[in-house]
Amino acid sequence: MLRRLLKDFQGDIIAVPGRLLALIFFIMLLLVPLVTNEPYILRTLIFANIFAIFAVSWDLLSGYTGQVNFGHALFFGVAAYTSALLNLKMGMPPWATIPIGALAAVVAGVVVCLPALRLRGPYLSLVTLAFPLILLGIIFTFTGFTGGEFGVSGLSRVSNSRVTDFYISFGVMLVSVMIMWKLTDAKSALVRTGIIFHAIREDEITARASGINTIRYKLLAFAVGGFFAGIAGAFHAHFMRIAGPSNLDLFLSFQAIIWTVFGGITSIYGPVVGVYIMYPLMEFLRVVPEIRMLIFAGIVVIILLFMPEGIAVFIRDKMEQTCPRCKLSNVWWRKTCRACGANLR
Amino acid sequence: MLERILINGLVQGGIYALLAIGFSLIFGVARMINLAHTSFYMLASYGIYTLTRYLGIPAIPAAAISLVLTTFIGLATYKLFIDRVREHHVTVMLITMAVAFVYQEVILMIFQGHYLAAPPFVSGFAQILGVRVSFQHLLTFGVVILVLVGVWALLSKTRLGIAIRAVAQDSEVANLMGINVSRILLITMSIAAGLSAVAGAVIAPTLVLEPYMWTHPLVMIMAIVVLGGLGSVKGSFIGAFVFGFVEVSVVFLAPELAFLKGAFALVVMVVILLFRPEGLFGIAFEEERL
Repeated sequence: MLRRLLKDFQGDIIAVPGRLLALIFFIMLLLVPLVTNEPYILRTLIFANIFAIFAVSWDLLSGYTGQVNFGHALFFGVAAYTSALLNLKMGMPPWATIPIGALAAVVAGVVVCLPALRLRGPYLSLVTLAFPLILLGIIFTFTGFTGGEFGVSGLSRVSNSRVTDFYISFGVMLVSVMIMWKLTDAKSALVRTGIIFHAIREDEITARASGINTIRYKLLAFAVGGFFAGIAGAFHAHFMRIAGPSNLDLFLSFQAIIWTVFGGITSIYGPVVGVYIMYPLMEFLRVVPEIRMLIFAGIVVIILLFMPEGIAVFIRDKMEQTCPRCKLSNVWWRKTCRACGANLR
Repeated sequence: MLERILINGLVQGGIYALLAIGFSLIFGVARMINLAHTSFYMLASYGIYTLTRYLGIPAIPAAAISLVLTTFIGLATYKLFIDRVREHHVTVMLITMAVAFVYQEVILMIFQGHYLAAPPFVSGFAQILGVRVSFQHLLTFGVVILVLVGVWALLSKTRLGIAIRAVAQDSEVANLMGINVSRILLITMSIAAGLSAVAGAVIAPTLVLEPYMWTHPLVMIMAIVVLGGLGSVKGSFIGAFVFGFVEVSVVFLAPELAFLKGAFALVVMVVILLFRPEGLFGIAFEEERL
């Protein structure tokens, strides 16, 4: 058993440079608190972990299932406000408010899904764009309950030390991304959702004609996407100890899309890479606050025009080549496939 | 009260009509949702402010110069950023939003987010139905009507207008009939940016200028255009006045709900998209619906 695992590890991880890089990166990330206790670095990494979940959940919904959501911050904000209000007004501890917040985001996901059953393309994007703005209007109107512009602050902490916070967010990120990766894996023998999501994106009518209940799977995609975005939002509220209108901002939805497109859309690892590059970069750019947003928008335009497949996919294609016979990934310097010996060039 | 609602509603509706018609035109012709549309409105307003305040140019020539400059910026935006991704709806939305953020940040850098006011074209006011209406509002309304009639004449009476409508109906067949589609798109984009700039130029003296002033009109015109039917100019015109009156009535009758006016417009938009996706006068879009 152990020997087989070791062999699988050698064959499937060491031999593929992309996976090896990911492994090295995560081990290094795990070791960061041993090297430095700088609160600023840990804080940046905690939020990078949280936003990685958020971006991956957008990728699952919009990249895989093709339901392009321009208001993903709705799920984030609903969960943040729900857990914040439960925590403050009812005195519930974080381990209870975070799951409830995520479930509230699932409800929001199902509500947003109703128009998605009838609309497609730019029309769906317009409607999803509207939902967080509607909620923002409501929040600004009923300031007594929601705190209005200043939000709800003074939430209890997840744990008492930043290092523990970091490991919690890291663990949650790993588990969530793993679940979403398995759900969208088109080659999986266990769950069919991956290939069905792909089918819905490529051609929904054909998917229906093949006997797939597309409504059920779209609902599932919205619920799962909402759930994980909600997890991210609730954790964010508890780590920041505040839930405010910026959690529902158009800009937050926009950022999720940009992280994903920057890393590589329709590839669960793409958004993760995108967040871990872009988020610390943007934090670092706070030294020049005047032009920070300008640089961000400039990067966005450049990626969309010149690297639409995303940076992670771009690098992976440089490092790996697919065997034409058995579709296995190989390192770029091999001349023959490592499994079947077919000529690669 | 009723007269004030009527007059302010007409002015507000006229501004929304200018903005919405450009947005609707570019959607109808190129199937692009241009989220940077209202940022041209902002740029034109700031253009007037800069020209009158720092260069000492009188208000009306300043408006003309700012109109030309903004239209040029709109064209450059289209050529540089939108043109090469225009086949992909989502990329167009993303890139136009990024461009709008760029403009917002540039304005924020130059003008530091202060609340500014541009000088009026004409001072004084008239008494209509016992309400004091400033000449600036009257002028705004007059310009709006003039421009709208001009657009209508252009679209329905000239060869260019026929070509634009042909591309809107079916760009492939229009191409086969010898219409230069990419040139028509360029012209439509400049008309749209120009309309947005006109709206910004005439309303600038009655508004407070700030770098985020493009977001609220953007939300409103999205709702207006969906109500009237995406791509329908007549629908946008009527929708603009409906929303103009509704917004002004809410502000006058129930000021405490003023934060909800954008939210209300968006609720209307969602409901219409769900139950009558073609809007009041919309073009049917069977292949784009399930």
